[in-house]
Amino acid sequence: MSRIKSPAELEAFRKEILAQRDPDKPCITLCSGSACNATGSGKVAAALELEIEKQGVTTEVVSRRTGCHGFCEQGPIVVIYPQGICYLKVQPEDIAEIISETIKKQKIVERLLYVDPNSGERATLEEDIPFYKYQKRLVLGSNRKIDPRSLEDYLAVEGYQAIAKVLFEMTPEQVVGEVKDAKLRGRGGAGFPSGLKWDFARNAPGDQKYVVVNCDEGDPGAYMDRSVMEGNPFAVLEGLMIGAYAIGANEGYIYVRQEYPLAVANLTVAIEKAEEYGLLGKNILGSGFDFTIKVHRGAGAFICGEETSLLNSLEGKAGEPNARPPFPAIRGLWSKPTNINNVETWANIPMIINKGAAFFSAIGTESSKGTKIFSLVGKVNNTGLVEVPMGASLRDIIFKIGGGVPGDKKFKAVQTGGPSGGCLPEDLLDTKVDFDELSQAGAMMGSGGMIVMDEDTCLVDIARYFLAFLSDESCGKCTPCREGIRQMLKILTNMTKGLAKEGDIDLLFELAEATKGSSMCALGKTAPNPVLSTLNHFREEYEAHINEKRCPSLSCKELIAFHIEPEKCKGCGACFRKCPAEAIEGGKKRIHVVVQEKCTKCGGCHEACPAAFDAVKILSGVPVPEATPEEARAIG
Amino acid sequence: MSEISLQIDGKEVAVSAGTTILEAARSLGIEIPTVCDHAQLSPYGACRICTVEADANGRTNLVASCQYPVEKDMVVRTKTEQVDKIRKVLLEQMLSHAPDSEQLVALGQIYGADRDRFEKEASFCILCGLCVRYCAEVKKKDAISFFDRGAKREIAFLPEIAMQECWDCKECFPLCPTSALQAAYVLTEALMTPTEPAAPSCGGGCSSSEGCG
Ligand SMILES: Cc1cc2nc3c(=O)[nH]c(=O)nc-3n(C[C@H](O)[C@H](O)[C@H](O)COP(=O)(O)O)c2cc1C
Ligand code: SF4
Ligand code: SF4
Ligand code: SF4
Ligand code: FES
Ligand code: FES
Repeated sequence: MSRIKSPAELEAFRKEILAQRDPDKPCITLCSGSACNATGSGKVAAALELEIEKQGVTTEVVSRRTGCHGFCEQGPIVVIYPQGICYLKVQPEDIAEIISETIKKQKIVERLLYVDPNSGERATLEEDIPFYKYQKRLVLGSNRKIDPRSLEDYLAVEGYQAIAKVLFEMTPEQVVGEVKDAKLRGRGGAGFPSGLKWDFARNAPGDQKYVVVNCDEGDPGAYMDRSVMEGNPFAVLEGLMIGAYAIGANEGYIYVRQEYPLAVANLTVAIEKAEEYGLLGKNILGSGFDFTIKVHRGAGAFICGEETSLLNSLEGKAGEPNARPPFPAIRGLWSKPTNINNVETWANIPMIINKGAAFFSAIGTESSKGTKIFSLVGKVNNTGLVEVPMGASLRDIIFKIGGGVPGDKKFKAVQTGGPSGGCLPEDLLDTKVDFDELSQAGAMMGSGGMIVMDEDTCLVDIARYFLAFLSDESCGKCTPCREGIRQMLKILTNMTKGLAKEGDIDLLFELAEATKGSSMCALGKTAPNPVLSTLNHFREEYEAHINEKRCPSLSCKELIAFHIEPEKCKGCGACFRKCPAEAIEGGKKRIHVVVQEKCTKCGGCHEACPAAFDAVKILSGVPVPEATPEEARAIG
Repeated sequence: MSEISLQIDGKEVAVSAGTTILEAARSLGIEIPTVCDHAQLSPYGACRICTVEADANGRTNLVASCQYPVEKDMVVRTKTEQVDKIRKVLLEQMLSHAPDSEQLVALGQIYGADRDRFEKEASFCILCGLCVRYCAEVKKKDAISFFDRGAKREIAFLPEIAMQECWDCKECFPLCPTSALQAAYVLTEALMTPTEPAAPSCGGGCSSSEGCG
């Protein structure tokens, strides 16, 4: 195929592609996102190709390798269309059966289906799996339908329809107006209204302007941007191109985190294809609009995700923040007006143009529109990427989509917003996913991290963990951030070790106020959040650590002790065999005893002791009882 | 250039666009404490001691006056209870590194900072960047630079440049608010211990010797 020179040619090409595709023909899709690749998608793909040949169904089925579906812990994932039959954890040896049974005989391979951990029920179709059922996958949805490296696939799902409309039917002002009317807010963290930001860059004086995609995604455990970039790079390219037209830029940069090789690879192929078809480069679709894109690989630091640091890093300078104002919209890349948005923000743009601002703004709450992708992890049955309409409650996400807390443990808190987000307790579970509501509750939307914690999680330790991350990742330029985090981290570490002093809570508040109030960039301004939100909602845990040297969650190693209750020990030796530290004195028919000096607090004995005996106790805040004397240890 | 009028501590002033709050305050004779600000260097915003409270566009923010440009009809308060509290904590944090700095001790007295509040830190440097920026911006030699990030950030001379440039210069020494000693100490160390030249920090933490450009 040569360059597409007009919207009419584009539509003709699209028609041709769709005409060749029979929607009723069985299509086996295999997820080939980073996570599924790590669990063996490559081998499954090879088996699939081989088996299709071997069983002689080359003309009867189509196969396609797609992007991430979001349910990565269950990968590699195979979905068979048109029905949407969903097989999980598929291995190469399952493929023969999938073809001989499902493709040839329309029979389901039961053992590959999803089993609900709570009810034990199986689900055949993707849409029946609770993890998917309650989602609204407007952005991630295409991932499972298209091969991210295929322009034809993207065109088959309305791809490049939006840019054609924008270039030929809309003025740049109208495009900005549409994004404003959609009330889209940035998905990268701050939730700034995107249309307004575009307007600033558009109205900023200067001939040379730039658009930038922020795909630095440094939050530990978060990968929504990776999945969008890997799974649907054309959507990001199209969104970026629309933004460029709107603000008057002809050059774009995509800043991708160093650790995302597949995203870079798919993106590079997508850019090459788009160039080949004339959907990038000079005179796009014959409109006179020129646009080129360069991919830049990040330096691997969390702070490089902050926009001014990112732009410095793009210029080859130290990846450290600048003061704002001036904002990038006025003085950005190489001091030119620059509009920078997050991957997910850009990926929403083609949809807003195609479906209209009214469609988009009808979804969500008063102040937050559309959907948001979260990375749901931690103590929750179903982990993965979930896309929900704004306004969904945290409870629904954790319990309906996530399937609740595993085992018989109790929910304790949910942390949203990445490392500098906040922890919310059970009584705030009805909080809605909404930029303002989350902030008011003391958490934040951030870029979409969501970590569920159960009763065994110590929130003082959680605050310590996040501050340790931020202490490493702060650029270190300004005092309140660098020193404030250092001091808060020291106090929190002391608390988890039983070394806290009276007055430490007040000192934490004082340090938090200075760091929040006077830091240069948002890393410092939000760094106290983990401390403040846990102090506000779980203050009693702090007080127990300080006043009683007790960890209520029995998790801080230096505040707990393992103790075998002599009355309950049956001398079975399960703990003795499990202990890696040889810290248990045992013997046949003898009461077992933990030698405290040797114990490394691994918890092995506690797990090993049969539930019926329940002899191993975790103590905190109380002295460990004297060990039963040697001569009194015989049982029965 | 267009004039922008604003109010600082109740006094009206009109200055040209692009002026910082600090400069505007000085033109009124209002003193705002500073540590990392220097007349010959571009604003850097590291110490944050110059933080003031500013109302603009219907919002109240705490901003670093040495960097923040004046805005139309802005109302600035250079001393408030909150601002003073923040300055006190910032001084205490800096004093934990440089307890003998005359400048910090003097400021500490004004804000009631307790120089022993936080445990002493081994480094005497408060990372104000005066030496680094002076060498880069005024001398254009880049003999001294920041390395690493976060709590591990430090300054170091690049021996191969320092060897040639520093002996006859040493102009950065007297700029150091921790007393001239810190930069001198680091320089001596750099010149005494022959080490592999390290790549300047990009703050990005990459180990690549080409930096992250
Ligand atoms: C410490 C820090 C890290 C950030 N990391 C990211 C990131 O990884 N990805 C991102 O899109 N935005 C990140 N941001 C937010 C950006 O500064 C910026 O607000 C965002 O890219 C704007 O895009 P949006 O309006 O589409 O959200 C970060 C901000 C801070 C302070
Ligand atoms: S707030 Fe932290 S990350 Fe931001 S400029 Fe200051 S030291 Fe660097
Ligand atoms: S906690 Fe671990 S180290 Fe300690 S006694 Fe039990 S098994 Fe041994
Ligand atoms: S050595 Fe002195 S002048 Fe240089 S950064 Fe450290 S405190 Fe500032
Ligand atoms: S990578 Fe396959 S589901 Fe996420
Ligand atoms: S004087 Fe303004 S930040 Fe140091």
